[in-house]
Amino acid sequence: MRRYLSDAGALARKDLLLELRARDTLPAMLLFVVSVLVVFHFALPQNASARASLGLLWVAILFTALLGLGRAFVAEREQGVLDGLVLAPSDRSAIWVGKVVATLAFLVVAEVVALPAFALFFTSIDATTVAGVALADIGICAVGTLLAAMAAAGRARELLLPLLFLPLAIPIVVGGVGSSLAASSGKYLGFLALYDAIFVVLAWAAFEYVVTE
Amino acid sequence: MIRARAVARRFGDKRALEPVDFELPRGGFLVVTGPNGSGKTTLLRLCAGLLIPTSGELEVRAERGQLGYLAHEPLVYRELTAIENLDLYGRLYRVPERRERVGMLLERFGLWEARGERTGSYSRGMLQRLALCRALLHDPELLILDEPANALDAAGEELLERELEELRRERTLLVASHSPQRLERFATGKLALT
Repeated sequence: MRRYLSDAGALARKDLLLELRARDTLPAMLLFVVSVLVVFHFALPQNASARASLGLLWVAILFTALLGLGRAFVAEREQGVLDGLVLAPSDRSAIWVGKVVATLAFLVVAEVVALPAFALFFTSIDATTVAGVALADIGICAVGTLLAAMAAAGRARELLLPLLFLPLAIPIVVGGVGSSLAASSGKYLGFLALYDAIFVVLAWAAFEYVVTE
Repeated sequence: MIRARAVARRFGDKRALEPVDFELPRGGFLVVTGPNGSGKTTLLRLCAGLLIPTSGELEVRAERGQLGYLAHEPLVYRELTAIENLDLYGRLYRVPERRERVGMLLERFGLWEARGERTGSYSRGMLQRLALCRALLHDPELLILDEPANALDAAGEELLERELEELRRERTLLVASHSPQRLERFATGKLALT
């Protein structure tokens, strides 16, 4: 177990270092999420309800995550490094864990900017919304990283990732919006936690079959 | 160490490797030759476990961590330095005394001076040397090398020959080359693909 965590940690550190050097993903995510919120700010009527604006927050988070996920395996694909990682004797799911941790870190940083910006443009955010966002992030990154690896192997990868990811992200939007708006927000947070538990296990177990023939 | 019986591979309708039979015993050195498109790289990828044959039987008696693979691509991150790349692979391959081994290989392949530069700034020849370091890092039992002399200058080729001379005594090697003249003197067998 210690070796597994050490491998996953080394791979996540590598992804964070790559981003620190190349600055390919995070600045784009930050710019995108702020731009989307500004566009929504002008697109929504002045008297729009908090319900409508909170829905748009989830749309912004989902598409920002999609932007990051689309770049998750770019370095491996362009430089063929995935073959090198796959041939290493470490458990292949450690590659997935490393990518999830790195993608999660980028998404959290984007949200650290996005949530105050949302509060500034639209309406204040409560603790249940923040909890919902945190739970949703885990599901988004778990499922999205698996699908990004699948899409990276294909030819129409830019098209494939959203087509695969968005249908699977619908429960996240349902749970996220529900946790922000419903009176019984605990039920929706529980739903998000269940989604995370199921899809983390599924994606972790399936990753090996995605990166090998 | 490797036994292939009528191993073939297709990609959709395209036949990438015609059925091929060969045996590579432990300690052997098999040179795979053939023109472009004859399936050399496909055969090596099959032996490395990166592809599965469409038909035939392929038996490779080497564990994943005991296989060193040199591909067309150097399989390194361009935004990392040579040391950072080899250190990452060293961790994943659980190389004992990793730092010493990395330093020794970089020194031996003439990359010590450039060890702190990002590999994106390396020439093609330097990347090939680094790829050789990566393939040898964990001291594998079975080495699968795809065009190892690619992009190497005269000094690099001499270095490679010295390495192969040494490796063939203790290791099993499967090497693909479209100009195998310099490798033939090491070889214990030759497989010509058409």
